[in-house]
Amino acid sequence: MKIHLAIQRFNPEKDNKPTFRKYEVEVEPTDRMLDALIKIKNFEDPTLAFRKSCAHGVCGSDAMVINGKERLACKTLIKDVAVKDGDTVKVEPLRNLPVQKDLMVDQSPFFQNYRKVKPYQINPEPVQEKERIQSPEKRKQFDDATKCILCAACFSACPVKQEVNPEFLGPAAVVQASRFIDDDRDKGFEERLPDLDYPDGIWPCENRFECTRVCPRNIKVTKLINQTKRKITEFRKKSPTS
Amino acid sequence: MIHEYEVVIVGAGGAGLYAALEASKKAKTAVISKLYPIRSHTGAAQGGIGAALGNVEEDKPEWHAFDTVKGGDYLTDQKAAGLLADEAVQAVYDLENRGLPFNRTPEGRIDQRRFGGHTRNFGEAPVRRACFAADRTGHMILQTLYQQCIKNDVSFFDEFYVLDVLIEGLTCSGLVAIELATGELHVFKAKAVLFATGGFGRMFRITSNAHANTGDGPALVSRRNIPLEDMEFFQFHPTGIREMGILITEGVRGEGGILRNKNSERFMERYAPKLLDLAPRDMIARAIMTEIREGKGIKGDRSIDDYVHLDATHLGQAVIEEKLPEIAEFSRTYLGIDPVERPMPVHPTAHYAMGGIPTDVHGRVSVDGKGTLVQGLYAAGECACVSVHGANRLGTNSLVDLIVFGRRAGCHIADFATNTDFGSFPKDAAGPAKKTLERLFDGNTGPQPEALRKTMQDLMMQNVGIYRRGNEMDEAVEKLQDLRQQYKELRVKDRNKSFNTNLLEILELGNLLDLAYITAACALNRTESRGAHAREDYPDRDDKNWLKHTLARLKDDRVSIDYGPVDVSVWEPKPRKY
Repeated sequence: MKIHLAIQRFNPEKDNKPTFRKYEVEVEPTDRMLDALIKIKNFEDPTLAFRKSCAHGVCGSDAMVINGKERLACKTLIKDVAVKDGDTVKVEPLRNLPVQKDLMVDQSPFFQNYRKVKPYQINPEPVQEKERIQSPEKRKQFDDATKCILCAACFSACPVKQEVNPEFLGPAAVVQASRFIDDDRDKGFEERLPDLDYPDGIWPCENRFECTRVCPRNIKVTKLINQTKRKITEFRKKSPTS
Repeated sequence: MIHEYEVVIVGAGGAGLYAALEASKKAKTAVISKLYPIRSHTGAAQGGIGAALGNVEEDKPEWHAFDTVKGGDYLTDQKAAGLLADEAVQAVYDLENRGLPFNRTPEGRIDQRRFGGHTRNFGEAPVRRACFAADRTGHMILQTLYQQCIKNDVSFFDEFYVLDVLIEGLTCSGLVAIELATGELHVFKAKAVLFATGGFGRMFRITSNAHANTGDGPALVSRRNIPLEDMEFFQFHPTGIREMGILITEGVRGEGGILRNKNSERFMERYAPKLLDLAPRDMIARAIMTEIREGKGIKGDRSIDDYVHLDATHLGQAVIEEKLPEIAEFSRTYLGIDPVERPMPVHPTAHYAMGGIPTDVHGRVSVDGKGTLVQGLYAAGECACVSVHGANRLGTNSLVDLIVFGRRAGCHIADFATNTDFGSFPKDAAGPAKKTLERLFDGNTGPQPEALRKTMQDLMMQNVGIYRRGNEMDEAVEKLQDLRQQYKELRVKDRNKSFNTNLLEILELGNLLDLAYITAACALNRTESRGAHAREDYPDRDDKNWLKHTLARLKDDRVSIDYGPVDVSVWEPKPRKY
């Protein structure tokens, strides 16, 4: 079928502000949105800029806003966003991050926040056996958070960042913190506290659930944020001075 | 801009990151990657990492080494395979100790499952050797290594693309890269350079590989008179999603999944009576193609896009959700099929390069099979050829390779850099790279890269694919040479400097074309069948004439071929039966 893509374009060397350009493209309903973008780039406009790599939803390169919702272009089929000939699909770069060119955003603020929460195992105790023993149940407790591919879809969709507090740490960084806090092999809870428990840290979250709604990995992001908030509150009750 | 680092690592997948962790302990190290590090294709590896931990049943590294040698159809260097298997054990524990969330046994130990070609007691029966984190083991390895790099403050140059490596005589002194954000050239002076740029499956039409897998490292060194080893051996994974090529892990069969033809027959019973659906990948890929050719594919029309079924319906919801959640999601997303309820349509997909930049067991690049080294040049991971995979890699051994040889190369390069001074550096280091860019930007118009790319991918798929014939490969070599001539006419249409992805794709295509050309020439040259290299005009393995590694040089637009010895010092080559 033939559909239109209305793509936000911005060339930092020429443009003052972004504009939309419309492209007609022949696609199958089961094609990926990424396929449609590649087709436009290959046959119509080689200047169109977007990131891509794995093309099956695991590398996190091609998160963008498609018809108003954050999605991975390679995990979105045409039939998910267009139903009939002549339909128009709107494609925009992620929000809450500076646009570099067309659909490419500067991800460094996102990764800076990720780095803030010390996203690595902290456990100074020597390993007793060959591996640290962990029951399947304990392993399950942080499974959801391990699925995160750092695509920044949640960071973009967060209405708190958009409307209330642009300095908010953001959902992904909290998910990454929870991945370690909920792992019984990690002993870094107190070390990470100052990176989460401050006004722009974990607390700005207002449970708007947009992060959960857009997560292409189906992580229950809001739930993990709330669990982590509770852990911090309980810890503060027990040891208010630390 | 000129930078000075003792060690420069190109590529931020499993091998590059592990090497960076080790190298940066002692030497001033930079990691250059054309992607953000966490986007590398190691993250797409699914099923597991093989190591004889013996957590769920008896296992020994020696058995793992033997399986690796036999799986490689005896083209594997045997002492290197022994090293791989021995060091895999500690490597897996190291990853766990650094936080990698492996699945666990009821006792809380690292869980293990079956995988193709991994057996107990030298081929008796499948053994549970693959350590896994659901079916996103590669994702977890990449995450864990990146986390450790953050912890250890490794320096990254994200979205830098390497244009040239500086090699004069037998010494490497750095490289030239373009910063994608600005289009500026950067020269990196280095005591040592390590390539860890991954595979080049994008030379084929149907592949499990990422768009980024364009073989940049091997292509660059081949233009600097370094030979590439065993390029004729390219693995087709038996189970890619029909038409798209997206990988469906061997772990599905490791958990009990079964391949069936249109009569619902478990056809592997006829091809590998002992290991069945867990035979090595080359054998299963050929079995699927044979079924399709005999009209027993699901469509039954013998067409190139026919397929077979991978049946996991009998495994039950719980096993699929806990041990294979990713492939269940792929199947639901891209096929609209829930593997709990219906079998998945699959056919072979171009997956892994056994060949690459020739190295010793420390990652040092060697040029002639006699141990002559290039000072300061290293390679590790899929872009390298140690050779531990021989003519066909076993499942899980790619991740083992990254960790074991990424670490070894990182340790060695650090020692090398601390004991060596910066050498002489070419005067006009960026000259050749500038010349390439000037040509591409000279304002002329040329053919569209997409037409060349498609012709190359179709040619490789049809003429240098699973089954090969001399006349077809002859045709491929000739046409690829023609494509390489046409490539010289390509020009960029996007004339901007910032994030010029048009330029990037043209440069990547140039790398793929050179590697496709070398691959086809090596495949035509080897007149036997071994592992993944299956010739219908030479159906048998020929140890008398061909128990040797190929070393191919790109010389004056022609491929010149030399040979190196295979280490068969442990096990005598035998016919390969499963």
